Amino acid sequence: MTPLPPFGVTVADKPNDAGGAVTIRWRPSPDDVENGKVTFYRIYRAVEKDGQPGQFVQIDQRPAGADTAYVLHDGNADDELSYFYRVAALKLVKKDGLVVGEYLAQSDIAGPVSPVAQWFHMGRLSAFIGVAFLSFFILFFISRAKSGRTLFIRKIGGLEAVDEAVGRATEMGKSIYYISGLGDMDNMQTIAAITILGRVAEVAAKYDTYLDVPVCRSMVMVTAREIVKLAYSKVGRPDAYKDDQVHYLTDDQFGYAAAVDGMVVREKPATIFFMGQFFAESLILAETGNSIGAIQIAGTAMPAQLPFFVAACDYTLIGEELFAASAYLSKEPKLLGSIKGADIGKAVFLIAIIVGVVFEVFGIWQFSNLFSVGSN
Amino acid sequence: MRREVPLIITGIVGLGFVVQYFIPHFPFSKMNDWFTDWFSIVQACAIVLGALNLLKVSLEKVAAQKKDWGYAAVIIASFLLITIVGLVEGEGFRTPGTTFDWLYVNVYIPLSATMFSILAFFVASASYRAFRARNLEATLLLIAAFFVMIGRVPVGEMISGFMPEGWRLGNLASWIMNVPQAAGQRAIMIGIGLGIVATSLRIILGIERAHIGGGE
Repeated sequence: MTPLPPFGVTVADKPNDAGGAVTIRWRPSPDDVENGKVTFYRIYRAVEKDGQPGQFVQIDQRPAGADTAYVLHDGNADDELSYFYRVAALKLVKKDGLVVGEYLAQSDIAGPVSPVAQWFHMGRLSAFIGVAFLSFFILFFISRAKSGRTLFIRKIGGLEAVDEAVGRATEMGKSIYYISGLGDMDNMQTIAAITILGRVAEVAAKYDTYLDVPVCRSMVMVTAREIVKLAYSKVGRPDAYKDDQVHYLTDDQFGYAAAVDGMVVREKPATIFFMGQFFAESLILAETGNSIGAIQIAGTAMPAQLPFFVAACDYTLIGEELFAASAYLSKEPKLLGSIKGADIGKAVFLIAIIVGVVFEVFGIWQFSNLFSVGSN
Repeated sequence: MRREVPLIITGIVGLGFVVQYFIPHFPFSKMNDWFTDWFSIVQACAIVLGALNLLKVSLEKVAAQKKDWGYAAVIIASFLLITIVGLVEGEGFRTPGTTFDWLYVNVYIPLSATMFSILAFFVASASYRAFRARNLEATLLLIAAFFVMIGRVPVGEMISGFMPEGWRLGNLASWIMNVPQAAGQRAIMIGIGLGIVATSLRIILGIERAHIGGGE
């Protein structure tokens, strides 16, 4: 009845972690076959004492069978201690659903091993190299821009239209709405949206057009107020700024959409900006704006919402254009240099993708594996 | 100093976050958790600012009887009602059977569902505009949308059941979604990733200053 024990038990520190974990691998028992003798594998651990294992204690149990990976990460280990491990194949005998017998076959003892924290995540080496290269290109083009070289940046329709959109609101004597999405200040899209808000506020202040910024996050409200206030001061119109033009509505997604829709329908702004992170409310907001005939400029890095904005808005900043907007609007060479650097990065990725596709077609997987990134 | 201090803090924290992604060792391994906790604490404190602002703006509107002040009155009434009910019912205010829960289930959820369901009508009107065959691109979009939509409903499978497996409308719809659509979306995602890196770098290095008012 007793199965043959598992064999080839190896233990090692779990790589690329903060310590406290050991990886145990084993080869299955020869009796681990379909309808075979092995029901479970039990994993035991003992703390090392004077070079010898102490009392073995069960730390986990894994079902036998083809689906088992025969690997266990013991995440409850202490970096200060050394451990021994062993794996046992277990046969449970049942009668009328009740366990009437257990037959254990222990493997050889493996160890000792101590968990260690690593100072570099080797699984993320490719990401590190990628970030380093990209940063180099960006910094290189920033320094080129600083030295006065002209950089060509293609025209972005949505951003070219900012002045026109604000001008239209001025001519019509109506207000401008700036919707910064559902993201909070820990979201890159919101940060990008807030930087664009600064530029829009400057133009609005210059044209003396009322800018209304209803927000759905308190921290965005606080930040946006500072930005708008500074923008008004920058163009010499600090008196025109009112704290309440940046106001909080609600944190709730559809509550926010309902509130903004209500304001749009009642006040009929001439221009609406949608910049930042949007979810299902994107179309509800954009279609309402469209229904009142407002000129609408949207920008988001949410791929699922882009088609809705494209369908309902006059201009849409697609993904990266949202992040390039601040640099584009400011025309500052240093900022434009960073866009150029990112473009070079894009060209490198494009070449890598083409090379990768060609290799994959011929069954060479190693090239694409270079780009895989470990999650933990 | 008013500008330099935030720039220095942003630079150090930003760089720290880049580094912590590549270093699993303590204290970098805990940085993300610590900052997430702190962000939640600051966020929780900041919500008071938002709530007070909402109340202030609404009260001013009602007091001055500005245009559409009735909506502001509804906001104040709802705000006070849900706050008072929540406070009166104490710690277990979210337990089923409480007044707060009743308000949540019978007022909040239907209102949210109503807003969400409006999306169906907006999708129809937006699709009508987007799918008009004005030019080659719009026509391609129309054709792709037609096949995706018909391939996703049972009738699509029914009318193309006689065709070879790979040519049925369901499979065609899946192919459009998994190949050209996924490729386009991934291209956008790559651009977004690069854009985020470039923006982060600008902010960390203090080149991007628009979020603190711009200027040198």
